Amino acid sequence: MKVKHFGFLLVPLILLGVFQSCTPVKEYQKQYLNDAEMALSARKSEKSENSFQSYREGASGANGGKTGGGCGCN
Amino acid sequence: MKRITLTAIACFYGLFQAFAQSASPSDSSTYTDRKLRIDEVNLVSSYYHQDGNNSAVTGGIGTEKLTDIANSIDLKLSYRGRKNRIQSIGLDFGVDHYTSASSDKIDPNTITSPSYSDTRIYPSLSWTSTNEKKGNSIGIAASYSHEFDYISYGIGINYAKTSKDKSREFGVKLQSYFDTWTIIYPVELRPNGRFSGRDDQGGETTPRDSYSASFSLSQIINKRFQVAFLLDLIEQQGLLATDYQRVYFTDASERIENLPGKRLKIPIGIRANYFLGDRIILRGYYRFYTDDWGITAHTASLEMPIKINPFFSVSPFYRFYVQTASQYFAPYGAHNIADAYYTSDYDLSKFTSHFIGLNLRFTPEKGVLSIKQFSAVELRYGHYIRSNGLNSNILTLAATFK
Repeated sequence: MKVKHFGFLLVPLILLGVFQSCTPVKEYQKQYLNDAEMALSARKSEKSENSFQSYREGASGANGGKTGGGCGCN
Repeated sequence: MKRITLTAIACFYGLFQAFAQSASPSDSSTYTDRKLRIDEVNLVSSYYHQDGNNSAVTGGIGTEKLTDIANSIDLKLSYRGRKNRIQSIGLDFGVDHYTSASSDKIDPNTITSPSYSDTRIYPSLSWTSTNEKKGNSIGIAASYSHEFDYISYGIGINYAKTSKDKSREFGVKLQSYFDTWTIIYPVELRPNGRFSGRDDQGGETTPRDSYSASFSLSQIINKRFQVAFLLDLIEQQGLLATDYQRVYFTDASERIENLPGKRLKIPIGIRANYFLGDRIILRGYYRFYTDDWGITAHTASLEMPIKINPFFSVSPFYRFYVQTASQYFAPYGAHNIADAYYTSDYDLSKFTSHFIGLNLRFTPEKGVLSIKQFSAVELRYGHYIRSNGLNSNILTLAATFK
């Protein structure tokens, strides 16, 4: 595997480490996890930001947003 | 522009009317309310301005000045279906209006050409059925986008499965976009006046299709820590070059941009959120990206919401991005005449970028402006700097009604 494709290896390695360290959390113990700032998605206020970044940069995707459509050519 | 602002005000007004008519919650423990109700409404308005000196329309030189004003509204509605499943409906509508100095150079003979500005509209509709008992959900979505020279139709299906203890969720989403692009050439390269984009001068269109499969896996690690893994497989086909972007060669000749008719993109990402103490949250994100045009990129960002009190948080953020150049990129006048594919679009060049800013979130107990349904307001500012000189500013206001 080339060094430039290191990212493909890195993410599964993190995944493996993460699953090893999981502890059960009951519903009544989720006060921190249920906080709005803890949401595992981009903020609504990031919508336009993600859009301009996908136009101005070669990379896009893997952020739970749009994966195509619209030209973004300006 | 006045019309867009008035539309936004009308949306606000309509929203209050809709909430005013919503049914009060039932106090019976046996009765199941099956009425369609508004769960959440989000209004997002943003102002974006960029400047740089590597416009692809003029072959990698010249102004990239662009201003975009975007307004969008999304509504989430739901009701209990027959089998006690939650049926959710999502309605989105967005309007962008931009002015672009570089687009104006498609035909520099005019003082201000029609391509100087444009308005894009993009409605979408989604439906999701959730079976709480089995912990799964299935949904479909459709979208449309229209601007002067570009029309896009999108469809998608999605499925998600939550584990019994609700600590893990796996999701898969399949999406297709079928786009049609009206071919517009730079004025000096139009054969016999064709490809001006005007129907009366032989307007011709060409397709661009995108197909994607998105996978997500979220996992609770402990009481304060949760992560999500994201993988997209995206294939694009059709006209992937922008026909009004010029390329200049070593022999001083000029052509329109030419890129392969296929592109495979593979981004893989991880989000990790950690609640540190009682006031600070760390929101981290990393993405690795590669495609078959030779671009490899890394994105890393960290946002740190600090809860000043239970109703107000301040979140500084920083994002770092680095990419290699596409094998088809060369700057102004550097392409060899023998090259099969060529572009001088600096979005495909080698660069690093930094994005820094602040997000303010206000969620008062009695609602914003003492309006109970107006549950949250966010103000976000970001400054973007690219190593090849492009810089931009973006200001966003987002309002949530529940």
